[in-house]
Amino acid sequence: MIGTALIGSGHLVRLALRRDRILLPIWVLFLVGITYSTTTALEEVYSTQESRTLLGVTANANSAFLAMLGPLHDWSSLGGLVVWRWGVFSGLFVAIMAMLVVTRHTRAEEEAGRTELIAATVVGRHAPLAAAVIVAGGTSLLIGLLQALALIGKDLDPAGSFAFGLSTASVGLVFTGVSAFTAQLSENSRVSNAIAGGFLGVTYLFRAAGDAAGESGPQWLTWFSPIGWTEHVRSFADNRFWVLGISLAASVLLVGVSAYIVTRRDVGLGLLATRLGPADGRIGTPFGLAWRLQKGSLIGWSLALFGVGMIYGSVAQAVGQMVEDNPTLGQIVQQIGGADAMVDAFFATITQLLGLITSIYLVQAVLRLRSEETSFRAEPILATPVSRWGWVASHASFALVGGALVLAFAGLGLGLVHGLQTGDVGTVLPKMLGAALVQLPAAWVIAGVALVLFGLFPQFTGVSWAVVSVSLVLTLLGPALQLDQWVLDVAPFTHVPKYPDIVAGPLLWLSGVAVVLLAAGFAGFRRRDLTT
Amino acid sequence: MTSAISVSGLVKTFGPTRALDDLNLDVQTGEVHGFLGPNGAGKSTTIRILLGLLRADSGTARLLGGDPWKDTASLHRRLAYVPGDVNLWPNLTGGEVIDLLGRLRGGLNKQRRADLLERFELDPRKKGRTYSKGNRQKVALVAALSSDVELLILDEPTSGLDPLMEAVFQDCINDERERGRTVLLSSHILAEVEALCDRVSIIRNGHCVETGTLSDLRHLTRTSISAELVGPPNGLTSLDGVHDLVAEGNRVRFEVDSDKLDLALKQLVSTGVRTLTSQPPTLEELFLRHYEDAK
Repeated sequence: MIGTALIGSGHLVRLALRRDRILLPIWVLFLVGITYSTTTALEEVYSTQESRTLLGVTANANSAFLAMLGPLHDWSSLGGLVVWRWGVFSGLFVAIMAMLVVTRHTRAEEEAGRTELIAATVVGRHAPLAAAVIVAGGTSLLIGLLQALALIGKDLDPAGSFAFGLSTASVGLVFTGVSAFTAQLSENSRVSNAIAGGFLGVTYLFRAAGDAAGESGPQWLTWFSPIGWTEHVRSFADNRFWVLGISLAASVLLVGVSAYIVTRRDVGLGLLATRLGPADGRIGTPFGLAWRLQKGSLIGWSLALFGVGMIYGSVAQAVGQMVEDNPTLGQIVQQIGGADAMVDAFFATITQLLGLITSIYLVQAVLRLRSEETSFRAEPILATPVSRWGWVASHASFALVGGALVLAFAGLGLGLVHGLQTGDVGTVLPKMLGAALVQLPAAWVIAGVALVLFGLFPQFTGVSWAVVSVSLVLTLLGPALQLDQWVLDVAPFTHVPKYPDIVAGPLLWLSGVAVVLLAAGFAGFRRRDLTT
Repeated sequence: MTSAISVSGLVKTFGPTRALDDLNLDVQTGEVHGFLGPNGAGKSTTIRILLGLLRADSGTARLLGGDPWKDTASLHRRLAYVPGDVNLWPNLTGGEVIDLLGRLRGGLNKQRRADLLERFELDPRKKGRTYSKGNRQKVALVAALSSDVELLILDEPTSGLDPLMEAVFQDCINDERERGRTVLLSSHILAEVEALCDRVSIIRNGHCVETGTLSDLRHLTRTSISAELVGPPNGLTSLDGVHDLVAEGNRVRFEVDSDKLDLALKQLVSTGVRTLTSQPPTLEELFLRHYEDAK
């Protein structure tokens, strides 16, 4: 039975590889390349044993670092530093890769009606899902394997290198399973991705919350996160390979459940039923339509960042606490300006991170224009008196104004919880709101780049994601890798003033750059043909 | 009579492909104009240029007295468009889409909307993703037909409709003609074009090859004659405009150019006719001739 249900999987795997022949190699190169370059950079920066020990003490006492990157288990070896600096993000990226690949080859195909075309040939019921799982899981394993080889190539301990590589791969495998499952739920691939992406966010937050306060915090939370599991592998420190068994079991279970659902449902339909809707519409403007199409995403992002803000806000006080608990650390902290300065530095890092995350929302909101265009849904709208300008503005406003809303919610969450803990909501809340909102001009610049691509090079709007990734990597990893300043300057978030020293200058010129980019994008679209 | 659409010398290239090559098209106000051509002939490209969605490389296009690229918004207030590939927003209902497109055009006729929904047997409460191709087309048709505009631009609007709905569509277009609206109808269905269109233009490889009223075009076609005569046929072979002559005893079959019919019949009568069958020319013939040349 299962044999015939898988007939044709091989052909579908080849089809998927053919369609992703550019995308997948980029993912592999990106994730292996960063592993290698991070190792090289850390090797130079922390060449002495003293510098590593200092890093170990401070990293494990700094809540911002703990929340963002997790604990540094082994600072005596270069491998341990790599795991700390890059392990969590490596897992995050490989999860995104697996998620996009699985949805693209399962639900998106079904939604487009192409699965029907395929299913009518000699192809087993399980073949489309199997092919997607093989491609996404195989790519995850390949990335993990090459990461291990890259580390071994840097003369690191082979066991630790494989523990690291397989940890990365394990997150990819789990999210292959997660997306296989979410692809069964909804008829809409966008919704499938949103659910899987939301789960990825929760995964990251659970481990962030579990790690942030060190041993005095709720560390058990990390056991509920596939990314947390990779931390428990303790690559290079203990190499607990058995933890990876949990990831493997979780992915097999998820794929198994998804395969079971496939045998129970009709092609094209999801588990979540579609109901009848209103016979009359109330939408009558392009903005109304954009609101209808984008509000789910806007509300979801606002709530998510509100939650992220609250979690980081709740950690902030523990940062001060940690200093008091640790006399040796206290000395170091005194040198950099006392516990208050450390809390400020924590907020500076966190608000920057929130800004970077928000830029993903902005790009997504702008690229909605392109997906409306390629799906021929822009055409009937632009065949009405709606001007090109009005149509672009209707969606772009969600990036520009909506982005402000998302950041404001992040700041509210941060300020509300930290304010309640310090008992001074009145002063803390506006400060945090401000610290979050100063990130906006930099996020606008990234949205501007996306709009320029849309207006002038519509075939290459996907490059927007590369822009987001590069600015993420440069901003988060760049300083630790001691990259040249001009390289760091490429990322707009580098120029955002650090809390609490907010100055207007950079904000004004970043806004200016954003305005120029947006205008160029608008003008480009006004002059070009609609294309698919 | 004025022209609702007048296009001359239109050129549009996509990279190396020349989609439109010196295209001319003239649609008079108040007529239903058939726009015919094989797949890839450039029909949709022409329509998209008329809608200001694409920009012509050269040539002129005038629509309702304006420039389709520059006066987009004001022109679009006066027209409605049904695309060949109707794609709806997956989570909007058909009714919501009809009302949205209607409002964007500046309002629609509620009574006609209700009437059309009933005639097309369309449930407006279903979500976009659950409609079949034919039903998606109905959504776009109801939205277009229920708005008060001067010009309807329909790009193969019936390619997904069943024969019953095809008949409803033809009724609707005849109603539109009576209301004095202009219709540009791109189509593949000959019966539809013959039933509806006052004039037709046939395009091939981005160039207009024939244009005129149906009777004009019929002159370009041939009538099939088969007759039984009193005596053996003579003189037909040498006659201008007679083709594919087959004579068996007193029986004769041949095709004759429609404008030479008179001479051929005179020749038959001179011999004496016992029975006569004549098949009128169909557009299909003309169509096939042009379509096959395209290959």
